[in-house]
Amino acid sequence: MSATDSPPLPAVPDAVAQRSPWGEVLHTLLRSPTFLTGLGILLFWVICALLGEHFVPYDPLDADIINTLAPPSADHWFGTDQLGRDVFSRVIVGSRDILTVAPLATILATIAGTALGLVIGYFRGIVDDIVSRVLEAFMAIPVVIIALLAIVALGTSKITVIVVIGLSFAPIIARTVRSAVLAERELDYVAAAKLRHEGALHTMFVEILPNVIPPILVETTVRLGYAIFAVATLSFMGFGIQPPSPDWGLSISSNYGMIGGGFWWTVLFDALAIASLVIGVNLVADGVHGAFND
Amino acid sequence: MTDPRQATNALELKDLSVAYRVGRRDRAVLRNLNLTIKAGEAYGLVGESGCGKSTVALSVVRYLPRNGSITGGSIALDGKDVMKLDAEALRRARADSVSMVYQDPGKALNPSLRIGRQLTEIFELAGTTGQAAEDKALAMLNRVRISDPASVMQRYPHQLSGGMQQRVAIAMALANDPSMLILDEPTTGLDATVEAEVLDLIGQLRRELSASILFISHNLAVVSNMCDRVGVLYAGMLVEEGSTKDVFNDPRHPYTVALLRCLPRGGQRKDQGRLDTIPGFLPGIGATIVGCAFAERCALATERCRAEPPPLYELGDGRLSRCHYHDKAQSLPRATPAEIPAVAPKRAPPVLQVEGLNKTYASHGRPLRAVKDVSVSLRPGETLGLVGESGSGKTTFARLLLGLVPPDEGGSIELDGKKLAPRLASRSEDQVKAVQIVFQNPDSALNRSHSIRHILSRALKRLGGLSGKALDTRLEELVRSVRLTDRHLAVKPRQLSGGLKQRVAIARAFAGDPRIVVCDEPTSALDVSVQAAILNLLADLQSKQDVSYIFISHDLGVVRYLSDKIAVLYLGRIMEFGPSEAVFSGPHHPYTEALLSAVPKLDRSESARIRLDGEIPSAANPPTGCVFHTRCPRKIGAICETQEPELSEAEPGHTIRCHIPFAELARLQKPKTMEPA
Repeated sequence: MSATDSPPLPAVPDAVAQRSPWGEVLHTLLRSPTFLTGLGILLFWVICALLGEHFVPYDPLDADIINTLAPPSADHWFGTDQLGRDVFSRVIVGSRDILTVAPLATILATIAGTALGLVIGYFRGIVDDIVSRVLEAFMAIPVVIIALLAIVALGTSKITVIVVIGLSFAPIIARTVRSAVLAERELDYVAAAKLRHEGALHTMFVEILPNVIPPILVETTVRLGYAIFAVATLSFMGFGIQPPSPDWGLSISSNYGMIGGGFWWTVLFDALAIASLVIGVNLVADGVHGAFND
Repeated sequence: MTDPRQATNALELKDLSVAYRVGRRDRAVLRNLNLTIKAGEAYGLVGESGCGKSTVALSVVRYLPRNGSITGGSIALDGKDVMKLDAEALRRARADSVSMVYQDPGKALNPSLRIGRQLTEIFELAGTTGQAAEDKALAMLNRVRISDPASVMQRYPHQLSGGMQQRVAIAMALANDPSMLILDEPTTGLDATVEAEVLDLIGQLRRELSASILFISHNLAVVSNMCDRVGVLYAGMLVEEGSTKDVFNDPRHPYTVALLRCLPRGGQRKDQGRLDTIPGFLPGIGATIVGCAFAERCALATERCRAEPPPLYELGDGRLSRCHYHDKAQSLPRATPAEIPAVAPKRAPPVLQVEGLNKTYASHGRPLRAVKDVSVSLRPGETLGLVGESGSGKTTFARLLLGLVPPDEGGSIELDGKKLAPRLASRSEDQVKAVQIVFQNPDSALNRSHSIRHILSRALKRLGGLSGKALDTRLEELVRSVRLTDRHLAVKPRQLSGGLKQRVAIARAFAGDPRIVVCDEPTSALDVSVQAAILNLLADLQSKQDVSYIFISHDLGVVRYLSDKIAVLYLGRIMEFGPSEAVFSGPHHPYTEALLSAVPKLDRSESARIRLDGEIPSAANPPTGCVFHTRCPRKIGAICETQEPELSEAEPGHTIRCHIPFAELARLQKPKTMEPA
């Protein structure tokens, strides 16, 4: 064969083809109104959680017993609660605990779920049958019941909440990863790895894992929305974040008895905050899903 | 005035330009394409992938993808300007006068509707209702020669084989008695035997119907058999046109000349010289073309070619060529010298010895014998070609050798005289690296998340046992040996073309100096020019490294080029085994005879045609006696149905599994059966 047979890199005709798959996804994301709106909401709350205490007008924990249950006014935009604490400051700073606990729980769920999903998807057979049935049984138990049991056993703390939510979401992620791995393991590159006598760990984590990142990422963002909701629920029920934190779920729980008395502002703004954060995360998840599945 | 039906052309494209919008820029795919198909004519459009063949088909029915638009020119169907039709008129034109058949019938049919419903629907749309429409549907299935049409009406698409599905798709296309039938690679996914049947059917229907045909294919031989005239498309331009016979026998454009030279023809073999190739690449879509589009890849190109775009020269007899030097086109020098290093024949002991290999799967509780009692042997530096229809057990046999699936108890695989463990995990490192594979589809075989450097380094580390400096040196050698360059190392597989990806896959297989490389249809996804380069590469590597190949392909011309020995498989059994020349030139097993006869020939030489009826039977329920008796054109009687013939030696080293004695086979096949194209 002559030198002419050594082909040059093909002249890639356009910028789109030159972008890496990840660049492609990023490009789509940055043009998706859904994603950008969600990201805006999310960033707003992240900034509140990080810096909120420096710019809120009042200390969220400072009680003002002369000024309890004041309706929204120029002094107190969202009014004050039964201890006279400024609701606006509490809502802003209240994002901090939920935005620590929910993401950490989601990360734990993702790591545990991915590892589990890779193993059962890769080995299949009896391992898969047994583990999958156990996971299904686990998923049938409501998070609240698991939380209750864990808290009785371990006592309330943020760590407990993270572990409880993380472990109860892990099976869902494991199932997603498993189905992606089942498709991947049939591809010839996995056979090629076997023909190099690669170990199972290498094949799972170096060969297969990078190719199943997209569904994992989508599932993770979706789970984050649910995790926020779960943290708020647990706090509302008293199993989650503990006083004196200005946490939203906790505030609703301690104030919802006031609604009957017409003091709606003590509950409404915390509820709206939870809703907006969940919506924001779900919009991001929608955008990510769209970008990977276009 | 003449009869208007006579006067109008079935299809007329004038200066048609089509562009796809990619990343805010319009990129030209078709450039001022002029093309006329007369009423009743079959016109073939050929060219490599990416030259715009399918875009032509989609433009005709204005069915371009959303980012595609017709940027200039006109399309006239039966004299009507398609561009000027409003939505309703366009719908009517698509319903009444033009039909399309696509490459993959499995995707063209609705999976959740019965065949009968789908076919009847078309007649209902045309105004017939109830029983009358159903009767017409049934008649249509009869017309495409489907056996037992009444039962096919009741079935779902997935219950039909690929060939049957394509017949149904053709029946649907013909239902409205179109004046124009567009066939876009209609036989590409099918086995050669099924392809031959479908092509026969299209040929017969042509005589019965008045439809003009636009036949799009990358397979030159298929087009040569089906079409009156042929156009060669390159970078969205017609570079040559003329009657099929003229273009293929006397090409006048260097591109056509080069394409034809890429095919292994007339029984060419690896020891008789290398195939010619076409250097370089097709210009990307939307590339700015100054001068002749082919100039960069053409050894005849001069300054004039690079500066001045050639017009379509008229050469008389309706022949056109877009080349300034069309009279010299055939003097195109070879891009790849034919010379090959002389290889001294060796008498080494066999590298591979397979004895009585069996593989039985369980299928719905019944045993499915995917490979039955297969014994072969192979010397170093030799190639064993495995041929047979899909479902004949070729790939299973390859996977057994590789250890990817364990064989049944009893048989043995010996490598260099040492027994190979049935399971890959229990084979030694040396044995593992000694048997490697080049997969059919490089997209699946190369990990899309890893760079080429990672893929090859890992193989060198695991198979070659190298690390550090030694690995880098060897990597460079390896990359050069498959004619890639350093620049290819940094990229991911998706940034490479199909041919380059396959080179990476070959490099990976050779990383540990293998003794045997299984090549499982390594070129079936590639264009002919790229296929030629890959076949040359495999032949070169073999002559240098003394490696043996197990070469699986449905393309008999390709198998013949590379193989020293051939095993013909049917339902997991070897029907014929012997030296390549003996198997191809015959006398051969009736099944081999039928396979060879099914291959479309470029020169349209139609000799005694043998067609296999029906489909390959299920391996879960093989016929009694000789498994081939249900389809055998040379069946001699009851003995074929009751007693399975032995694999008996016809000549030294050439065995055939048939009740007909060898001398009798020789007599029956006397007017020597044809060579593959």
